[in-house]
Amino acid sequence: MTAATVPASRGGVGKSVRDGLLVGWRNLKRIPRIPELAIFAILQSIMFVLLFAFVFGGAIPVPGGGDYKAFLMPGIFSQTIVFASATTAIGMVDDVNKGIIDRFRSLPMARSAVLTGRTFSDVIYNAGILVVLMLTGFAVGWRVDTGIPSLIGGFTLLLVFAYAMAWLGVWLGLNVPTVEVGQQVIFTTLFPITFISNVFVPPQALPSWLQPVAEWNPTSTLTAALRELWGNPNPAASTSLAAQEPVLVTLGWVVLIIAIFGPLGVRRYRSMSR
Amino acid sequence: MDAIVAEGLAKVYRSRKSEVRALDGVDLSVARGSVLGLLGPNGAGKTTAVRILATLLKPDAGRATVDGFDVVRQAGQVRSVIGLSGQYAAVDENLTGRENLWLFGRLYQLSSPEATRRASELLEQFDLTDAADRTVKTYSGGMRRRLDLGSALIGRPRLLFLDEPTTGLDPRSRLGMWDVIRSLVREGATLLLTTQYLEEADELADAIAVVDHGKIIARGTADQLKSQVGGERIEVVVHDRTAIARALEVISRDAHSECSVDEHTRRLTVPAGSGAQTLIQIVRDLDEADIAIDDIALRRPTLDDVFLSLTGHAAEERQAEDERELARVGAVPGRPA
Repeated sequence: MTAATVPASRGGVGKSVRDGLLVGWRNLKRIPRIPELAIFAILQSIMFVLLFAFVFGGAIPVPGGGDYKAFLMPGIFSQTIVFASATTAIGMVDDVNKGIIDRFRSLPMARSAVLTGRTFSDVIYNAGILVVLMLTGFAVGWRVDTGIPSLIGGFTLLLVFAYAMAWLGVWLGLNVPTVEVGQQVIFTTLFPITFISNVFVPPQALPSWLQPVAEWNPTSTLTAALRELWGNPNPAASTSLAAQEPVLVTLGWVVLIIAIFGPLGVRRYRSMSR
Repeated sequence: MDAIVAEGLAKVYRSRKSEVRALDGVDLSVARGSVLGLLGPNGAGKTTAVRILATLLKPDAGRATVDGFDVVRQAGQVRSVIGLSGQYAAVDENLTGRENLWLFGRLYQLSSPEATRRASELLEQFDLTDAADRTVKTYSGGMRRRLDLGSALIGRPRLLFLDEPTTGLDPRSRLGMWDVIRSLVREGATLLLTTQYLEEADELADAIAVVDHGKIIARGTADQLKSQVGGERIEVVVHDRTAIARALEVISRDAHSECSVDEHTRRLTVPAGSGAQTLIQIVRDLDEADIAIDDIALRRPTLDDVFLSLTGHAAEERQAEDERELARVGAVPGRPA
């Protein structure tokens, strides 16, 4: 038997795409089989909608007027997407600990497939969650005033952002020893990120030293972008670039997050063999 | 050319506090169509060796080829000729048995119809047809293990690595697994199998390499190893602690051999000289000397005996304790450098 009879990289790009889709298919199969995961992800977001719309909402005036629920919903979508990186991280660490990753690594499959498949399936999963949340938003009185193309534009921006967050999740998942540690790390880092933002309160309501942080926070720029795209109340606190061009700044964040956590995740995955 | 060749494999796991030499210069060779059993206790380095040969881990030193391919430089080619079945069943518990096999078949680069056909074949072969369309979550431990082995076989690999295929299985599932492995061997598979059980290596392997602390300390067939250990033993448990000294005298005399004593369990063990004949003699003489016994048995050597004889320490990791124990019964602790 010589090396020539066993082609090592049969297919190249085609193989990478196909193997990535196979791993993605496998990840998506899990959703209907453990419905609790998706149900609680949605319930958690709905809980935030209800808490803020009906408990705190009355006490939070939206500068320049406007309905608090219309102000809140884009923020809830952003928050949901930021938290979605937790799903990715937990899925990843679970696969490592259960030996599935070892099984994949012992197969003659594309090396990239485990990570591309994971990020791809998590974007699909998040798209599903977002649709359910949007319907909930309509039910509590949120509206898109700028037409279907803007709705689709905002939805696409959310998914692009979700893709970046999935790479953050991959890196995180490969760096924590257990699912429990992963959850702790995620909630202690992601809660401040989503709360020191314009998601629940207008940036004007924050102490002045915190305002720039809240304004440049990717959760905020995403939320401001959605509010602008959909004609929802968008009380900008300043004339900074983040407040004036939220769509562009958000895309910048997406590029930056993928540029940092993509290579870090891939490197970490590769070094598992050392 | 041998199907698996390893020379001087070494691997050190470093953490902030300690350094563990998991493999310390291991040489192996497995002839095509034969079965090598890697026998050793937990933590001996068996799994590390398998992970290096299956391309999951890079060695710190040494080299290895599998089917002629270098496991580091030609890892991709190695993966397309091997199947790996691990200690814990690495199958997806949220997929059905059939979906698992199909997925792994596709990722082994089989076409979809081929993967479907092969999955049905394996489900049949491993007696999983009835459970094929249930999620693996509902499977018993033995079923998971069989599915895991099936997953390793999906691409008809020329070489198979089985890392402790029966650890944690109940006796019936273990026998079932042995049947499955034996039929693979009959079909001409080349197999590297790790196990903690001498009996298992004896049943399944053509050649055995005994591993301890990252080194191979003995090689040979099961018979060669057992004769090195000295064949069968007789174990006597005396009823009364005060009778141990007298029993020791009787047993040593009858067996013409040095007898080891565990005072705590009141157990005396001695090589069985001429087997059943010696056993009968001991029973008679103990009776005559009026020494009451709770138990007496003729037993085959265990992994512990192999270890005791090869290394002077027991197979378990309780080494300090073992050495105290051995010192008391007069054996010499320590092992070859």
